[in-house]
This record gives sequence, C-alpha cells and structure tokens, in this order.
Amino acid sequence: MIKFVRVYKAFPSGSLALRDLSFHVAKGEFLFLTGHSGAGKSTVLRLIYAEHLPTQGEVRISGFNTAKLNRREVSQLRRRLGIVFQDFRLLEDRTAEDNVAFALEVTGAKRSVIAPKVMRVLAQVGLTAKAHQYSNELSGGEQQRVAIARALVNDPFVLLADEPTGNLDERATRGVFRLLRDINANGTAVLMATHDLDLVRHANYRTMELQDGALVFDSKVDQQAMKKGTA
Amino acid sequence: MSLAFREAFLAFRRWPALSMLSVTTIAFALFVASLYGLVALNLRRALQNIEERVEIVMYITRGTPVEVITLALDDIEAFPEVARAAYITADEALQRAQRELVEFQGIFSEFDTNPLPASIEVRLLPGFRTSEKVGAVAERLGSFNFVDDVQYGDDWLAKLDRLRNIGAVVGLMIGGAFALASIIIIGTTIRMAVLQRSREIAIMRLVGATDSFIRRPFLVEGCIKGALGGLAALGLCYAAYAAVHRLLFQAEFFSTQQMILVVAIGTGLGFLASATSVAKHLRQI
Ligand SMILES: Nc1ncnc2c1ncn2[C@@H]1O[C@H](COP(=O)(O)OP(=O)(O)O)[C@@H](O)[C@H]1O
Ligand SMILES: [Mg+2]
Repeated sequence: MIKFVRVYKAFPSGSLALRDLSFHVAKGEFLFLTGHSGAGKSTVLRLIYAEHLPTQGEVRISGFNTAKLNRREVSQLRRRLGIVFQDFRLLEDRTAEDNVAFALEVTGAKRSVIAPKVMRVLAQVGLTAKAHQYSNELSGGEQQRVAIARALVNDPFVLLADEPTGNLDERATRGVFRLLRDINANGTAVLMATHDLDLVRHANYRTMELQDGALVFDSKVDQQAMKKGTA
Repeated sequence: MSLAFREAFLAFRRWPALSMLSVTTIAFALFVASLYGLVALNLRRALQNIEERVEIVMYITRGTPVEVITLALDDIEAFPEVARAAYITADEALQRAQRELVEFQGIFSEFDTNPLPASIEVRLLPGFRTSEKVGAVAERLGSFNFVDDVQYGDDWLAKLDRLRNIGAVVGLMIGGAFALASIIIIGTTIRMAVLQRSREIAIMRLVGATDSFIRRPFLVEGCIKGALGGLAALGLCYAAYAAVHRLLFQAEFFSTQQMILVVAIGTGLGFLASATSVAKHLRQI
C-alpha cells in the first residue's frame, strides 16, 4: 500500500535526509517511525503525501509512483490520506466543526453530506460538546483531536501522524494515542513518527528506527529474520 | 462558487485593516490614473472646440453669376472631406463686418460701394482638420476659376497639429506609467493578503484542495477589492471635478460608459493582481 524502494532524498542545501530506504506498509498496519530529531522521520511522511519527491528511488502509494503525479493528482492523493502534525495546523478563527468541514468542502462535497459526516467524526474523537468552540479556545489535546477528526473525515486509508503528541502533556498524550489505536482497530493504517520511546515500548506495534536517514531497525524484518534463524 | 464568495467575505471580516488598505491603495492608484484620464478628456474636448473653427474661406471674383456659385456649392459639398459649404454674399459680409467690427462702423458707411467680396465658407469633417489635409482641400478649392483667393489659418493649424501630437505622446507615456504603477501597487497589496493567508493556503493544500479551488476565493476577493477601489476612485474624481467646475472653469465629467469602464478596469486589475500573486505563491509551495 505504501512502498519505498531504495529511496534517497537529498536537499539542495546538500544534506542527505534519507539514504537507501526501502520498506512496505501493509493495509491496516500500525507503524512507529522513531529516531532522533533530524533522522529523517518527517521527510518520510512528506514523501508519502508528495510534498517532496525522492531524489532517487521510488515512492509508491496504492501503486502510484508519486514522482509521476501532477499537481491535481497530488491533491486527489491527499484526500485519501489523513495528516496530523505536532502543531495541529488548525484554522484558529474557526470552530472545531468548521475546521473539520473545511477538509470536506475542498473536495466539493455537498453541504447536506458534510454536516452529518462532521458530527460523526467529532463524536468519534469525543468532541461533540465542543463542536462550536473556536479552535484557539481548546486545549492542546482537544486541538489535536480536532486535527485527527479533520484527517478522518475523508475516510483515509492511512493516517500519517508526525509527532502528534509532541506538544501534549502526558494525559493528553495517552488520550490521543488511545484514539489512534481505536482508529487503527477500525481498519485504518496509522504511520506515526515519534521519539516518545515510552509510547513505543508500551504498545506492541511494528517499529522502524531511522538514523541519519538510514533504516537501522525494523521490528517486522527483524522478527522475520529471528523466526527464520530459529527455524 | 458560493464557497469562494463565503471565503472571500470571511477574509474581509477577518482582516478588515488589510482589506481596507488594499481597497484604499487600489482606489488611489485608480484615482490618479482616472484623474489624469479626466484631464485628458477635457483637454481633448477643448482641442475639439478649437478644431471646430477650422474653416477654409474662398473669396469669389466680383461679378460671378449666382448660378455658377450654386452649382459649385453642390460640387464642394460632395467632397468627402467637407462637412458643409456656405455662400456668403457681399451684402451679408458687409452686414457681418458692421456687426462684428463695431470700431470700424464709420469706415464702412463711408464707402459708396461694398468693398467686401462674396465668399464661400467651407467646414471640414472631424478627421480632416490637420494642416496637411486642410491644405490639400484648400488647393483644390483654389482651382475653381471664380475664386480670387483661398484662406485658412495654416500657421495656427500647424500649431494645433503639434499640440495634438505632443498630447498623444505625453498622454500615452503618463497613462502607461500610471497604469503600470497601479498594477504594481495593487499586486503588492494583494501579495500581502496572500502572504497573510499562506498558513491557510498550506492547510488547504494539505487536505487536498486543488490549485483552482485555492485560487477562487482570492480571485473573487481581488475583483471585489478592485471594483470597490474603482468606485472610490470615481468618487474622488467626482469631488475633484466638482471643485474645479465650481471654482475654476467649466469642465466635463466621465460619461456613464466611461464610469463603468473605470470600475471595470479596477475589477480587472484586482483580478489580474490576485491571479498573478496567488499563482506566484502556489508555484513556490
Ligand atoms: N526542506 C529542507 N531543506 C533542507 N534540508 C532539510 C529539509 N527538510 C529536512 N531537511 C534535513 O533533512 C534531515 C531530516 O529532517 P527531518 O526529516 O525533518 O527529520 P526528523 O523529522 O526526523 O526530525 C535534517 O538534517 C534536516 O535538516
Ligand atoms: Mg520531524
């Protein structure tokens, strides 16, 4: 579903953000992407939503090579992805409801379709009561829930989360993480970049670690290797 | 489309100061340009009034039969350059002279016979009032054998020509400079509006908005700002015109079509400025 084939990403500044990265994310999988700051986690996510293109190698999303997409097709791709950031990226002077509705409006959805869908995802993230509050009046955890609701409203096949708990206290972190697990349990793949190793250790999900842009650990591959080794 | 309008109005509500600034700069840019247009318009009218007086006078040999002149009048009026030709008899000429040259009334009454010749006054159509064309017509008129002399103000016609040419060149240059300045000013203010909303644009792109979808509210906004600026510019122009008209001299204001044109130009400039600003911004992200 998401496939990196020998991907290199160099920036004009000369820094090599990713080197020879290959991996595959299956449908409905939960994947942690870990590594120090500057390891290349965000770059991986940006390559998935086609904000960047690989310098070398291929990034394939549902079979489409992102390098071959035109701008319009990139927009279409993003409607099938849910994206969440550490800094929420909400429109502050709009209500929670409007922020979520916004993601549907840009697809040209009808008003009659938008309202029930928005209410449904707001209920899913537990914010029905705060639908009419402006996003800058909400707590960090609530803002991230709004962002997640916005990411979910287009029924994405994968949720990309770049350090979604990076700005949150412990309580809010646990709440948001539980939400992501629920979303994954409902069948949506989740790809979460984080350097919160506590979170990673307590959940038994596939984990990939990047170091200076290179993949140094992939629990899935290592487990398979271990199985092979013991067999 | 209704979404684009809603977003555009939302932008006015959210950034009233910046929106007002855009409208005001557009208004002033258009005000200066259209004020110049108004001056040009009035100068052209004045020039036309002077041109109206371009006239060729054919002095007729004494004793020419009236029938010959009447026939010639038809011929002359058939010239493609000629608007009309009028026969002034010697008596009429005398009466006119006595009426118009009051100081010399005594002199005229001393003559036993009328010293003034009969004449034909020829007025030309608007396109033929340059010294070159008037000269050519005058030459042809001079070839009628009953004509003693042909006169037209060739020296001041040449001056009029020069005035017209200078007017056209200067007008084109100043007008072009104003138009260019307006476009740059409007482009800058719209660019500020776009930058102000770059966060919003980034979020729109993130959730999968297409470029045309992102562009639309900005284009609507640009058109509205341009139209408002155009209307404000007209208001300012009218104030300036009214002051000049009342205090200095009689002037003319724009016709309805010209007023519509000013607003349309404002709208068009607003549209163009936002289209280029947004396109430039979208190319960078
Ligand atoms: N737009 C960019 N231009 C230049 N260098 C970049 C850009 N984005 C990321 N980098 C570089 O790529 C490397 C990986 O960055 P990033 O993917 O943001 O790491 P992480 O998210 O793991 O902290 C860093 O060295 C960073 O400086
Ligand atoms: Mg990062």
